[in-house]
Parts: sequence; structure tokens; C-alpha cells
Amino acid sequence: MIEVNRRGEVWVFAEQEGGALAEVSLELLGKGRELADTLGVPLGAVLLTVADGETTATRLGQYGADRIYLVEHDLLRHYQTAAYARAVCELVTAWSPQVVLYGATALGRDLAPTVASALRCGLTADCTDLQIGDHTPPGSKELQKNLLLQIRPAFGGSIIATIVNYDRWPQMATVREGVMVMPQPDGRRRAMLVRHAAAFDGFRPPLAILESERRPKKVNLKAARVIVAGGAGVGDKASFRLIWELANCLGGAVGASRAAIDLGFVDKDHQVGQTGTTVRPALYIACGISGAVQHRAGMEESAKILAINTDPSAPIFAVAHYGIVGDLRVVIPKLIRAVRSGAKAEELGEPLAPPAAEAGGAGG
Amino acid sequence: MGYHCVVCVKQVPDTKGITGEAMRDDGTVNRAALPAIFNPEDLNALEMALAIRDGHGGTVTVVTMGLPKASDVLRESLFRGADRAVLITDRRAAGSDTLATSYILACAVRRLEADIVLCGRQAIDGDTAQVGPQLAEKLSFTLVTYLEQLLELRNRTLRARRNLGHGWEIVETELPVLATVLDSANTPRPPAARRVMKFKKARCRSEVEQAIGRELAAASDDERAAESARRCSALAGRGLLIEQWNLDDIGADLAWCGFKGSPTKVHRVQSIVLAGGAYREYPASDPGVAQLVRELIEDHTIG
Repeated sequence: MIEVNRRGEVWVFAEQEGGALAEVSLELLGKGRELADTLGVPLGAVLLTVADGETTATRLGQYGADRIYLVEHDLLRHYQTAAYARAVCELVTAWSPQVVLYGATALGRDLAPTVASALRCGLTADCTDLQIGDHTPPGSKELQKNLLLQIRPAFGGSIIATIVNYDRWPQMATVREGVMVMPQPDGRRRAMLVRHAAAFDGFRPPLAILESERRPKKVNLKAARVIVAGGAGVGDKASFRLIWELANCLGGAVGASRAAIDLGFVDKDHQVGQTGTTVRPALYIACGISGAVQHRAGMEESAKILAINTDPSAPIFAVAHYGIVGDLRVVIPKLIRAVRSGAKAEELGEPLAPPAAEAGGAGG
Repeated sequence: MGYHCVVCVKQVPDTKGITGEAMRDDGTVNRAALPAIFNPEDLNALEMALAIRDGHGGTVTVVTMGLPKASDVLRESLFRGADRAVLITDRRAAGSDTLATSYILACAVRRLEADIVLCGRQAIDGDTAQVGPQLAEKLSFTLVTYLEQLLELRNRTLRARRNLGHGWEIVETELPVLATVLDSANTPRPPAARRVMKFKKARCRSEVEQAIGRELAAASDDERAAESARRCSALAGRGLLIEQWNLDDIGADLAWCGFKGSPTKVHRVQSIVLAGGAYREYPASDPGVAQLVRELIEDHTIG
């Protein structure tokens, strides 16, 4: 635990593997830059690696970091909870940052709670937004100014909670991948390199990694302009082929709700939602997805949402911009034909006139 | 020789099917109306512990922290094969965040002298996945998150496969270990009918006291206390008394418990409102679909 330190920096843990930085760390530099500017303090990045950290450090500077806290050590070759947590705790204790942010990745969700426990400070998991704001503790008149507002869904996404910690610092949070906007790198930007020699004397890693394999995700949902997603309402794996066909025809990617994955329609890499990927494509087509809060949390920021569902009271219609109440097995082939023909009226019959009525409250 | 596995479980509101009755008229979720269930991945942790005991001997102790009602998940654990169940319940623990919760659990687990502590990867109410790693840090146990397969356990050395989502790892470490278990690790065994018959009568002290309060409303405090002591000792004699610990029993420093011991505070809670979305509806006909596609092409969303 460190003292409340109003001049403390904003830090981002820069997750990397073999020199390749995690995208979420770069996204966090964008958000971190904004927070640091609001607070009027520098933005730091923590980089732990085995050697040759300068190249990665340069990149972190281009994405917005002012200072790179670099620790190079043999024990940091592969991620290990104990060694990494030890190095981060040392840095935090030495420099007293006021905010430390981590990506809510497999690594970040392992490291951050370990660091929080060791430092006895607060940690909010899986934030979807961060702001700077004031807080008055209940039963107190003292206004706590310029705290990190840590905003996250809870109870399966049915509520949005804003969390603060004002008395035991640093203020730490993990942030979901894909929710912060990736900043534009500036090739001329330079950061100051702060080398730190971590005290690993006598430290024996408690765990041996005997084998490991990294599997690139089969689908890059975050980069897709169009996502066609299927849910339990698709019915069976054979019908899920329709989702693939529509996605192919639109040059889009295939997404799925948790229910569709649990039913074995498609691989887990395709999952959109609170425990899957958060996406914000130009167009999101939800087919046979009822729209559980967990799913909506991962897609409601999409620019345009089209919902296709037989149940007009399905919650998905509450976040949709366009809706078709009908059986996706009927609707999707029609959509495919319309897209292939460029929606030419002569091939498809008369255009609708007048335009479809605005639907009122979606109900449900 | 066997191992002592301690499984940390949690009773959670069932957030999976938030529809219908749990929705208020204003479109927000009424959390009180959600049924309380055994956190799903904690069942996978329990199954792993039971499998370790079946293969190597030893005992399985299940621990939960919560209101007396949380004894439900302890009974459920006994139905499925747990040897011992401990409820940590104390008003002074209310408002604990993950840091305070892990501190309290650590105080309890230390008294149990575990070789292996198993937790579900995360609970479905908060989805934080923080208590497991924090408990490991407090106990100075080696942390193994995302455990999917226990490959070998021999001479106090554990070899296991971790599923990281974007890959996997095989790790080896000496006990004591704290692992967080994924739902893909196993299929939890169902409750055993014979054990259900036996343990459905298991109660913790607070539940006994609540029942007495209802049944003997006119009795004096002394009479109720005497009746409670009598019933608890009868239950204990039949192996049906769920152990109940408060913060003093586990030697917890109150400065690290409950609201006071929790660095994170709730600033604001907003309910997600489901109603009121205005969308443009198109008929499920050829002309309807064509009209929609035309509009999407015209505003350059597709094409």
C-alpha cells in the first residue's frame, strides 16, 4: 500500500510476449494519456522483459507514454506470476504512481490481483470506461477530488457500477480488450527510459513452465467492419452455416453468443460479449440472439445493429437500430440474395413504400 | 498419504437467465428476484478436489463466506461428496471487496492446513476472478490460474495444463498450490441420492437459531439458547452440524475486513434499462429485406 500521492503518475502495464505488445496495452496508452493530461501528470509504461527492451520501449513512447520503466532480467523471459508481481510491486513502491492500469487479459487478470494483494490496494476488474472525477464518501463531508472512476458492468451486465478508491493507493484497474480506442502512433514522439534493476537475489521461481503453445485467434473480431453473429435461436450447427454464408457475402466475420458456443455451433474464438470479445463494428447483425445483458455488453457500441429474431419482445431489439421479426432461416437467404444483387428493385419486387414504420418501445 | 484439498465456493445470484420475473417494469433487473445458485465454476473446482481425493486419498473441505443462507452451497457440496463444510459468516464482514474477502478466506484456510486450495476461475455475479489470485498471494501458495487438466500429482509435485484462451501451458510446481479451475476442466458429478438423504438435514448454528426463533417465538432468550445448544449437539453427534466460524474464530484483524478493510468503494450504481429502444422494423419479406439492404448500401454501412 502506498500513500495517496496526488503528483503520482498514471501507469500502464505494457504486456508483451517475445517483443510483441498486446493491443490492449496500446489501447490503454491512449486512455492513460487522456487521464494523465486531465491530472497534469506524466504517463508511464511498465515494461518487463528478458532483454532488448529498447525497441519495444520506443514503440510505447510513440503510442503516448512519457516514461518507460524498464526491467530486464532472465527471470522475466516468460510470464510468471511471482516474478512479474515482484517486479511490479518494486516499481510501484519506488515511484508511487497514483494509477496503474492493466489489460484484462489472461495475464493481466493473473498479475493485477496478485500485485493488489501484495500492496494491499484496491483493484477493479474488467473496466469498460475510466474517467477522472470527484467522490464524497458516505457519512463524510470531505470531497475527494480527481479520483479514478472505474466503471464496469456487474451482475451479468445488468448494472453498471462505478468504483473508486480514495484512501489506499495506487488506484488499479484491469480494462477489457477492445473497449478503449487505439491511439494513432506518432513516430517522432520520444519517451524517457528509466531502467530499474529488480532485486531478484535469492528468488527462485516457484513454478516451471514445461511446455507452452500460443495459438493465434482464428478470427479477428475486433478488426471486422461487419460481424454476423448467431445465437441459440439458430437452432443447430447445420443452420449455423447460414451465419457463415451471410458473413462471407458481406466480407464480414462470424460472431456468436455464449449460448451458441455452449451448444457447440462454433468455436469459442467467435464469442462476443462480456466473457468474449468486445466489438464495435460498422454493422452488427444479431441472428437468433435474444440479447442477454452479457452479450449486449460486448456489442452495443456497434455503429449499426440489425436484429433478426422470431420473438418481438427479445431484449436484443432494445439496442437494435434495425429489426426484422422473423425466422432467420427465411430471412438470411433473402438478405444474401438482396446483398448479392445489390438490392436492385427489379430483381426483388417493388421497394417498400412508405418506409417501414418506426417501432416504438421494444418491450421485454 | 493423501492430500487435504480446500475448495472455496460462493453462492451467487443466477445472472445467466435475466429475463421475465427478474425484470422490473422500468426495465431494470431486480437482483433480489434472481434465484441463488452454486457458482458454476466452483462446482468444477469441487469436482477436481473430489477426483484428487478419489485418486490419492485425503479429505475435501468446502469453505464459503456469506450469510447463513449460503449453507445451501455447503449442503450441495456434501451431497456431491465433500467431507467437511465450513461457513464463515459475520456481520462485520459485510461490504468486503475482493481484497478483504481474500484476507478473511486466508485466515480461515490457514486454520485448515491445506495442501491444495481450489477455486472456480470466477464468480458470475462479479466476474472479477480476483479472489483466487489474491488468496494465493496471502497464503504464499503458488498460483496456477486457468487450470484445465491435472496431469499428475505425485510426491507433493503437481503438473497441470493451463488454458490461457490464446494458447496453453504445462506447468509443474510443488505443493502447496492454489489453482483456479475452468469450466472446461471436468463435468461435476451429480449429488448422490444417499448423501442427499443424509445431509439434507445438515444445518449451521445460525440456521438452527433461526428455526428456533420461528418455532419458539414465545420462549425466553435463555430457553432458546438452551434449545439451540441441544439441537446443535444432536446435529453434531450425527455429523450434520455445518461448522460456523466468525471473524474472531479465525483470528482476523478487523482492520482488514468488511467495508473498512476494503479499499474499493462503490461510487455509483446504474441499472441498465432494457426498454425504450426505438428501432426501425422491416418486414421479413423480399421487398422488406431489399429495402433494408438498400439503405445500408446507401449510407455506406455495407458495399
